[in-house]
Amino acid sequence: MNPRLLDLGDGALTLEFGDRIDADLNARVIAARDALAAMLLDGISDLVPTWRSLTVHFDPLRIDRNALSAQLLQAAQAMPQESALATRWRIPVSFGGESGPDLAQVAQATGRSEADVVDAICATELRVFLIGFLPGFPYLGELPAWMHLPRRSTPRTAVPANSLAIAGAQAAIYPWQSPGGWHLLGQTPVRLFDVSDAARPALLAPGDSVRFTAVDPHEFRRLATAVAAGECGRDDWLAP
Amino acid sequence: MIEVVDCPLPASFQDAGRPGYRHLGVPLSGALDPEWLAIANALVGNPPHTVALEMRLLGPKLRAREPVTIALAGEFSARIEDAAGQSHPAANWRSHTLAAGDVLAVGSLRSGIGYLAVHGGFDLPAVLGSRSTYARAGLGGIDGRALRAGDSLKVGAPQGLPAVAGATGIPLHLPHAPVLFAGPLRVIPGPQRDHFTDAAWQQFIGAEFTVSREADRMGLRLDGPRLTHARGADIVSDGVTPGAIQVPGDGRPIVLLADCQTVGGYPKIATVIGADLPRLGHALPGQVLRFAAVTQAEALAARRDAAHVLATTLAAIAAPGPALDLDALYSANLIDGVIDAN
Repeated sequence: MNPRLLDLGDGALTLEFGDRIDADLNARVIAARDALAAMLLDGISDLVPTWRSLTVHFDPLRIDRNALSAQLLQAAQAMPQESALATRWRIPVSFGGESGPDLAQVAQATGRSEADVVDAICATELRVFLIGFLPGFPYLGELPAWMHLPRRSTPRTAVPANSLAIAGAQAAIYPWQSPGGWHLLGQTPVRLFDVSDAARPALLAPGDSVRFTAVDPHEFRRLATAVAAGECGRDDWLAP
Repeated sequence: MIEVVDCPLPASFQDAGRPGYRHLGVPLSGALDPEWLAIANALVGNPPHTVALEMRLLGPKLRAREPVTIALAGEFSARIEDAAGQSHPAANWRSHTLAAGDVLAVGSLRSGIGYLAVHGGFDLPAVLGSRSTYARAGLGGIDGRALRAGDSLKVGAPQGLPAVAGATGIPLHLPHAPVLFAGPLRVIPGPQRDHFTDAAWQQFIGAEFTVSREADRMGLRLDGPRLTHARGADIVSDGVTPGAIQVPGDGRPIVLLADCQTVGGYPKIATVIGADLPRLGHALPGQVLRFAAVTQAEALAARRDAAHVLATTLAAIAAPGPALDLDALYSANLIDGVIDAN
């Protein structure tokens, strides 16, 4: 499928690379985002990469739509760079118990032990496909096929902040308390969104990779206390 | 300082919102009607995007702890009661100076939304470049939440023009209240027009829809004909924007507004043009909406017209005092308030 442009009203254009969840498509989206950002065009307010498309929000009184369309199609030709610049993260998670009330159910539904589920998710290098839904909310993929489950039939009205959740091929961490229908496996002490860091408020970015590491509830509380006190932050979660 | 005596319905602080952070999942937010926000601010001498209080249906009751000049943009039934208990109506579309101890009862609102601006603006911290309240993530406003009784609102230092015309002491006023255009909401088809049958499209642009009770700053769910998908009701999420009309599996359209999420997984049959977003923001439950398709050229012309009308309106407010530069207002692009990211 060749990239195509879709109208999102008169103040936004969507450059669509495909219609499915695919790491190669996502890498092309990010490459196009980088190419367009490098053009330093006046009148653009937001460049929003998604799973499979790039949405450009602009002011049509300041930038000509046809000229922008041509530049977008040019940017679409950009080839993904080697992921040397993407950041690799190690995110500690306390699995099961109060932190992950759905772990037992996920184990039962997949016919594995709880330890197998935890080991498998921690052994998987997950790609950050996009940030959306809530500020700093990362959509991660893809999980091993046997772990793919439909969403809960009844969504929770309040998923606790910092919950690690899965549905289908995807995993995510809720930076804020929110309604949600995904299966909750654990909780992380890591802060995913910090408004006091206005230059980089979101910890994760599309194209980054994430591995989870299991910590016990005691270590979880120690880390959460350290995060709250400002004693550990962004650099502590980088992969060695 | 202004004290909130009573606040029966949610009210939020809004300015031009948070452009430049949507790639991080941060909604745009900002005033549903940036034109009326600009008018409210102009009436107290503030720059157009200064943070003001946005209200629906019913406004709060506020007590001035020190002299303060305010203005109401909207069809309110406001009254001012002084410390001696004397009360008089407070006209809309003009500035009023409250003495210490005066109580402003903003009252009920006949327009869908309205704004209260204060000379100098509300002194609130900017979060990611904006003071707009986004309660779902606790951003902006007062600790990221809706206004409530007992809050104390600090007034900022004046940055714009005086709130009265020169040394005359005459309050600034708008000679004629702005009129909201009543025709169909103009839309650009897509981005997923091809996910719907032609019959569904004809229904969409031919039928009347009613705003349901599920209506807030994130969006309006509409009642009316169910729109039939041609290719299923789920897409792999892509970008959305205020004005986008997404149609979930039940066929009932949802028109997205300022606090909408940044991406969405339902097909979008059409998107309301920028020039019509302000009046869309006034829609209340029970209101009938119609849609009409336009071209990009028509949408652009409508934006230019709207910018010109607003500049003329703002210039009329300032008329008693020093003349404003119309061209400068026009080129300042008051409609979107979009700033460059990076």
